[in-house]
Amino acid sequence: MANDYAHDPGAGAQILTTRSNIVQEVFNMARKSSVWFLLFGLACCGIELMQTGGPRADLDRFGSVPRATPRQSDLMIVAGTLTYKMAIRCRLLYQQMPEPKYVLSMGSCATCGGLFQYSYSVVKGVDKIVPVDVYVPGCPPRPEALTEGFMRIQDLMMRERWKAKMRPNVQEKLGVQYNVPENV
Amino acid sequence: MALTPEQIQAAVAAKFGDAVGPLAPPAKDPFFTVKADRLLEVCRFLKAEPTLAFDFLEDVTATDHLKENQIKVVYHLFSYAHRHGVVIKVELDRAAPKVASLEPLWKTADWLEREVYDLFGVTFEGHPDMRRIMMPDDWVGHPLRKDYQEAGGYEDISNVRDSSLVEYRRMDDAVREAVEAKAKAAAPATPSTPLAPTGTVH
Repeated sequence: MANDYAHDPGAGAQILTTRSNIVQEVFNMARKSSVWFLLFGLACCGIELMQTGGPRADLDRFGSVPRATPRQSDLMIVAGTLTYKMAIRCRLLYQQMPEPKYVLSMGSCATCGGLFQYSYSVVKGVDKIVPVDVYVPGCPPRPEALTEGFMRIQDLMMRERWKAKMRPNVQEKLGVQYNVPENV
Repeated sequence: MALTPEQIQAAVAAKFGDAVGPLAPPAKDPFFTVKADRLLEVCRFLKAEPTLAFDFLEDVTATDHLKENQIKVVYHLFSYAHRHGVVIKVELDRAAPKVASLEPLWKTADWLEREVYDLFGVTFEGHPDMRRIMMPDDWVGHPLRKDYQEAGGYEDISNVRDSSLVEYRRMDDAVREAVEAKAKAAAPATPSTPLAPTGTVH
């Protein structure tokens, strides 16, 4: 069954050598199995986001439920056209989310402004405001596409290093260092 | 009984004389113009007169005419009592567009006039709350005017997005520079020239 994990060579057979690895693995399994996402439906992509939560695509089977507050959310799905006025709110909501936090840009508008990129009031991509982990193209993306993007978020979660995501003051207290990758 | 636009215009013109313009050609939506300083009176008459009884202000919008140096505010009225409607327009000076608010007559004018103020810069006198409704409060300019120029983004958000090819090239450059800097740091330094400090790449 090696082919099942062809997209992610690390996911199939993990050799856990240290205690820290086990802790990390358990944390990440728990994290990816209960991704609570912030409802951020801004336009027609929001309707497609609801379809993904519906019975056919059923995002709920990943343990993922929509939350109405950023303080309980791990993932922000920005679904729709972002205006400058909303961008300020978007950044505020992102800042209120607890670490580790992820952003999924859903659809052309959130990715680059899409159809409305020549408008005077539309932000040219949500990555002008907050860091984005996964971009899902489409106008709007089908529920299958969003599910794929969601699974890529889960892959990112499995690569999470629990020490590296700690806040700086916690790191200082525990005496751990932020892991900066070698190759840039 | 429902009245035709011709009858409505005739009724208003009979009362207000030359403050009311003629009916527009029938090829278009039937409308007539009203002088800006008489607008409130005319509308009060349109609402109060039992045979007209315009109890509903459907929409307030505006058009910008650069050549004529005018902004025309457009009012769509409808009567649920008689099932008839009419469109009236007010022509304003583009430099300082100003007209009486219809909020005392129809409460729905509150938000509709705020929208026209926001996008066209028309000031409605007597309006209880003349603020922007859609754009941010500190936005500069009125975007639906024909001569509107974008200020270039908002606060610290740029309104420019490079082609993704350009951005990929920038990322490639950053990687190459980092590799070169690392190679330079690893190479044994000649004693005469000290090593230049290598900046960290984020």
